[in-house]
Amino acid sequence: MILKNNVNRTLSDDLMAKLDYKPYTSTEIGNPEIQRVAPKVHVSTGNDKVVDSIEDVVKATVKDGMTISFHHHFRNGDYVFNKVMRVIIDAGIKNLTLAPSSLTGVMNDMVIEAIKAGTITNITSSGMRGSLGDFVSHGGLKNPVIFRSHGNRARAIEHGDIKIDVAFLGVPNADKLGNANGMAGKAVFGSLGYALMDAQYADNVVLLTDNLVDYPNTPASIKQTQVDYVVQVDEVGDPDKIGSGATRFTKDPKELKIAGMVNDVITHSPYFKDGFSFQTGSGGAALAVTRYLREAMIANKITASFALGGITKPTTDLLKEGLVRRVMDVQDFDKGAADSMQSNPNQQEIDASWYADPDNKGAMVDQLDVAILSALEIDTKFNVNVMTGSDGVIRGAVGGHQDAATSKLTIISAPLVRGRIATIVPDVTTVVTPGDSIDVVVTEVGIAINPKRKDLIACLSNIPGVPVFTIEDLQKLAEKKVGTPKPLEFTDRTVAMVEYRDGSIIDEIKEVKD
Amino acid sequence: MAENSERLRRTMMFVPGNNPAMVKDAGIYGADSIMFDLEDAVSLAEKDAARVLVYEALQTQDYEGAELVVRVNGIDTPFYHDDVRAMVKAGIDVIRLPKVESAQMIKDLVKDVAAAETEFGREAGSTHVMAAIESAKGVLNAPAIAAASDRMIGVALSAEDYTTDMKTHRYPDGAELEFARNMVLHAARAAGIAAFDTVFTNMDDTEGFYRETRYIHQLGFDGKSLVNPRQIKMVNSVYEPTAKEIANARNVINAIAEAKLKGSGVISMNGQMVDRPVVLRAQRVMRLAKASHLVDEEGNDIEE
Repeated sequence: MILKNNVNRTLSDDLMAKLDYKPYTSTEIGNPEIQRVAPKVHVSTGNDKVVDSIEDVVKATVKDGMTISFHHHFRNGDYVFNKVMRVIIDAGIKNLTLAPSSLTGVMNDMVIEAIKAGTITNITSSGMRGSLGDFVSHGGLKNPVIFRSHGNRARAIEHGDIKIDVAFLGVPNADKLGNANGMAGKAVFGSLGYALMDAQYADNVVLLTDNLVDYPNTPASIKQTQVDYVVQVDEVGDPDKIGSGATRFTKDPKELKIAGMVNDVITHSPYFKDGFSFQTGSGGAALAVTRYLREAMIANKITASFALGGITKPTTDLLKEGLVRRVMDVQDFDKGAADSMQSNPNQQEIDASWYADPDNKGAMVDQLDVAILSALEIDTKFNVNVMTGSDGVIRGAVGGHQDAATSKLTIISAPLVRGRIATIVPDVTTVVTPGDSIDVVVTEVGIAINPKRKDLIACLSNIPGVPVFTIEDLQKLAEKKVGTPKPLEFTDRTVAMVEYRDGSIIDEIKEVKD
Repeated sequence: MAENSERLRRTMMFVPGNNPAMVKDAGIYGADSIMFDLEDAVSLAEKDAARVLVYEALQTQDYEGAELVVRVNGIDTPFYHDDVRAMVKAGIDVIRLPKVESAQMIKDLVKDVAAAETEFGREAGSTHVMAAIESAKGVLNAPAIAAASDRMIGVALSAEDYTTDMKTHRYPDGAELEFARNMVLHAARAAGIAAFDTVFTNMDDTEGFYRETRYIHQLGFDGKSLVNPRQIKMVNSVYEPTAKEIANARNVINAIAEAKLKGSGVISMNGQMVDRPVVLRAQRVMRLAKASHLVDEEGNDIEE
């Protein structure tokens, strides 16, 4: 029997059965009752937590077959992951499941080494790029990688689908009992949003810091009640590489043109009114949208109730100006945003569950009006791929894409083509976010509105300078520009499975055939 | 020439003919005219590649109704003949000849264009031409150049070469260009063709760009040559008619319709006779208003 899910993707029934997965059916979560799990507590007065060596901690905590985790708030400035993994590989530990919030480029070589050594045999992550994505896509890891959104990772941890045995969490400051935050010190990154899940649910929580401060350390994002060990290291991260670097205002005329149209779509929608809420990303066009939105908010005398998600300085500037009343902050993309979290009480640190866990008593994304998201590919069913490139190789991350896409107005901003590659295609290589949660696609030539949103078609069809196309027309325009590519070739082997935010399977990624 | 005199030419955007990404995206910014450059933007080693790239782009890409212009290499270069033949074959709207100093140069170009039209089976007279004036001699001969052929659609002042020829350079106030601008503009108007002002290259000096654009708009130029798509919106905003101008133009046009209905040859509005220049100006205001999305196709206000 060929198993297909509701976005028409064929799934391997043997893997689905073995891993006890259900196929994706709907974006609706409903109102189920959920039993959450609780972590083990190793009782202590806390006077013996500080240790000098990663080796000692690894020896005391990590055993064959365990699940270990890290956060990716240091992004490409991360030193912690490689320091810890070096020790774990050298200790000869085998069969670990690696369950970080995501994997950044600076971790790639170490992960590949750990896979080759048999240290890591399973991975779940938000995404992966570069040499690691290439390695996995070419069948380098025997068991399929499980990709989960940030909200879904929180859900999986709370359900016990991800049972973290040891969490290694780098922080720019901590006291001897483990009270810590991401705001002060040398390698600051602001919100600890993703790591807060690990601190709350891991059986062993190990903090690594280069900045041991006086007890008690406040404000404490991670609390002493959660922490088992505090390891002093020389450096936790490179402050210059923590910023995403993409937060400069773009001068690219094409990005500006797209951003201008995104802004037009928002301001002509029924959601653009006092008290609205929004989430933008960190790409060039997203930042330009934030600037245009600022002008529109001033001109129309409206303020936003909150901005959500990954935060950049242009967003915290809006907070400072009073145009945004609260910033709900799960991650900061630049130092400006991180600094603002320390100085502005209206910038609230939120954990990944509060941000986007669907199995919740209300997550922030459930209240979100407008989300502006990017895409590697969008297809004529409005399905979005942010995971695999045009060569079929893994080079992306689910991030908060599926989560934020549940907003009332979800806009995908993407160029019609990138170089010689079409962005709007008949079928995406990998479905990550289902078309049912996408409302408008904005390209440099015009927009396409999901036909299911008749209300939006009515209010967005006559914006001066914003031509409206069907998604099929946009796809044809793209194909006319760059031609028809040869279909990608894959083997039958599944190298990764992509979960929808409810834990069902929305797509599989196959091994590429070279 | 009717079609030509009605066409809006506020913005002529330069696109380096050797840059595939820019050639591909040239249509998305709403430029009235797109000028693919085979001349100064392209190094000697890339002349053939740029010609092929622009030729292919003209066959395959959609430029959304923009007037398509190509700046060929000068008549005295070995690339000129291939450029003209390839572009005529591709069906380009306008060939822009650089460094024009005499009417004869335009006549020579027109002869070559006509020959190419015959060679490639294109409709005779379908390819238009324009002249770039880049020297003292060119400025002094501008009236003859502008009137050299009925294929001419416009003249453009190119200030970089011109100021060098004049032993000066460009200043913020533009006083060094005063004579040339007026000469080129008068030559164009006398010949009934378009006049394009020179480029403004300092993208960081937004205020200077607006100052210069407002000035050439006041003089009467059709528009400006541009080096960056971001300048298009700025030029269009300068050329955008005011609500009062639109209301007035609409009254004039309604008066014409009324007069036609009555079969009256004389058009009057508010008791005043409306003469031809007023009508022409009103029609241009409405074209500008439509292009700026201030009124719809029927001339009604668009509610923002």
